[in-house]
Amino acid sequence: MRIETETEPKTIRRLQSNRKTQFKKKSEPYIYLLPTVILMIILLVIPIFMVIRYSFYDNVIINKNPEFVGLENFKEVLTNKSFLVAVKNTSIFVGGSLILHMILGMTFAMVLNTKYLGTKTKAIFRVIFSLPWMFTAAVIAVLWKLLLSPNGFINFLLVELNLTTSQIEWLASRDFALFSVTAINIWAGYPFFMISILAGLQGIQSELYESAAIDGANSVQSFFHITIPQLKPILISLILLDFVWTIQQFALIWMTTGGGPIDATEILSTFIYKQGFSQYEYSMASTSAVILLIICTIVAIFYVRHQRGSE
Amino acid sequence: MKTLKKSVLSILFIGSILFILAACSQDQPGSASGEDGNGEVTLEFQQWWGVELPDGVLQEIVDGFTDETGIKVELLSNPYADTKTQIAAGAATGTMADVVGLDGSWVYDFGKQGAIANLTELMKADGYDDSQLSDQIKVDGNTYMIPVVNFAYPMYVNLDILEEAGIEEIPKTWSEFTEVTRKIKESTGKAGWAIPLSTESPSGIQNNFMSWLWASGGSMLDDGKPALTNNDDLTATVEFVKGLFDAEVVAPGAYAMKEADMVEEFTNGRIAFMHDSLAHLTTIKKGAPDLNFDFIPSPVKDGFSGEGGMDVANWGIGIAENSEHKAEAMKFVEYLMSPEVNAELAVYANAFPGNTNAQPDYSEADELFLKAYELYKDSYAINEFTGLPTSEELMRTFDEQLQLYLDGDTGSADDMLAETQKIWEKAFE
Repeated sequence: MRIETETEPKTIRRLQSNRKTQFKKKSEPYIYLLPTVILMIILLVIPIFMVIRYSFYDNVIINKNPEFVGLENFKEVLTNKSFLVAVKNTSIFVGGSLILHMILGMTFAMVLNTKYLGTKTKAIFRVIFSLPWMFTAAVIAVLWKLLLSPNGFINFLLVELNLTTSQIEWLASRDFALFSVTAINIWAGYPFFMISILAGLQGIQSELYESAAIDGANSVQSFFHITIPQLKPILISLILLDFVWTIQQFALIWMTTGGGPIDATEILSTFIYKQGFSQYEYSMASTSAVILLIICTIVAIFYVRHQRGSE
Repeated sequence: MKTLKKSVLSILFIGSILFILAACSQDQPGSASGEDGNGEVTLEFQQWWGVELPDGVLQEIVDGFTDETGIKVELLSNPYADTKTQIAAGAATGTMADVVGLDGSWVYDFGKQGAIANLTELMKADGYDDSQLSDQIKVDGNTYMIPVVNFAYPMYVNLDILEEAGIEEIPKTWSEFTEVTRKIKESTGKAGWAIPLSTESPSGIQNNFMSWLWASGGSMLDDGKPALTNNDDLTATVEFVKGLFDAEVVAPGAYAMKEADMVEEFTNGRIAFMHDSLAHLTTIKKGAPDLNFDFIPSPVKDGFSGEGGMDVANWGIGIAENSEHKAEAMKFVEYLMSPEVNAELAVYANAFPGNTNAQPDYSEADELFLKAYELYKDSYAINEFTGLPTSEELMRTFDEQLQLYLDGDTGSADDMLAETQKIWEKAFE
């Protein structure tokens, strides 16, 4: 009995020490994660929460005592003519960019993957084709503004080739501006598709093409029945990522046309910027931003599900 | 067990977010300025002037203030557009620098927002004699911005183009101007005039469009409120500009053109006339040393004979409401507005002083600058957009409506102005 009473505290201590060690072990990974989590909360979660909160109040920041207005801001934004124009322009801008990014990226990737070109030639073209991806939005905007200026190189070329007699106002005409900025965005973004698809193409086993050739498949059949199915996971990821990036494009539009002429190139990001920094309507800007956030989140969910599916 | 762990983690995560959110939403008088261990004050001065002045000049000027008072000044210099965005963000979050460079078109909104301090009170508290100031930008009767230096927008003319077109007489009226620019277009193929109408920065409405109206003694306001309708002068200006577009004498690409693009076109000898800031004189001379250009009085509406106005833009200054060192900041403002320092700043900036007692020494200034100074003195300084609510947005909506009229979407100048008036009135409600 005596011995038992003597060992009891020891057992308790041992148990406590075990619990401490266990807690330490379990909490260790979370402690490692803590700096990142704190940074994410401060830089990501809090701003998002604040913007969502602002979207339910009347003019925040300007008004020191803003009132809760529920979904009124959403109703106002969704019936705003300029917002609807911005949605239409954004759809054309994003849709056009996505389709042509894919077509150009695929074409150039296949050219660079061909066995008919030497290694050096391929390397040189790989660098040339990738160049647009290396430039920042500011450089791209300045470069294309010079090229597309009424006195610029593109018009000079068109006049010299007798394709036009007058100076086309590529960025200053309502008929051409949206087409022009979409073309600039396509030029700036296709290398990402090209590089990713090229990596995918290099991973497709050559035996698949050889078997298809033995079975009598021509190159078009091989493309649609081998290349596309093999690249499918990469293509879906690229489309989803490009959608999110393009829908948020701001700098390029702002520096080339500023959303004009009138509202010809107004997209969601320029619309939000003007509401916030020109009209000082921070609640409306937040509401529009929340709508954009919802669209991007839906796409992001698809992206994550798709990534999980492929795993 | 797993579910429990998840729940605990979720609660901890949400808890920490709420805690940080609560901490962030506390009303704290945020200030960028600091006080070191010795009690020395450091003021932050955010502006775009440092980028536009010759290297090191602004630093030299603020060092003079530190030598005089012991108060340190940290310069936060960025280009104009970045400065505006940063100040607007600072105004929204209460983290504005102690002293800020301001444009007249921002004052109303920052003043109403309570982001910039009431300078009338600060000047009174410091016993500052404000009669020496050439102007004060007020909101509801109180001063929120003091123009430090003023930039005039005279009319530039490329004399080589005029000679090439065989024009000997400088146009003095709008009809003469239309005739001259038409001749230039026909004989040289070059543009007669340019107007930057990009909606990214719609200041072309203020500096290039309204310059015509103001030069002919017109106004777009009546008692501080929009007066765009039943305004014969303004209707005539809209029709005159439309006439220039219809005659195809305006530089192409106007709807996407920015002020910098226009200056570049002029520097490259492709435009005969432009209204532009005197601040660009050095840039143009540097870019094209052989360009033969001059300043002329802006042509006026036919039949007008009175004194005309010349558009001015200014480098204004204000103090952040969130500053913990408003008294020190006011001392810094007074230092910049003192006759000697103000004169020095004006000379370096190719501008005119904001202090009426300042005697800038322009003896080493360019001859053309002196000529522009004479033109400036012959007219009155005007910029009706200064201090208006959402001033930039007013310019943008005017710009959009003007483009619709120029493109023929709006039937008449009166309809265009009536539509713009309707939009502007909402901003004044």
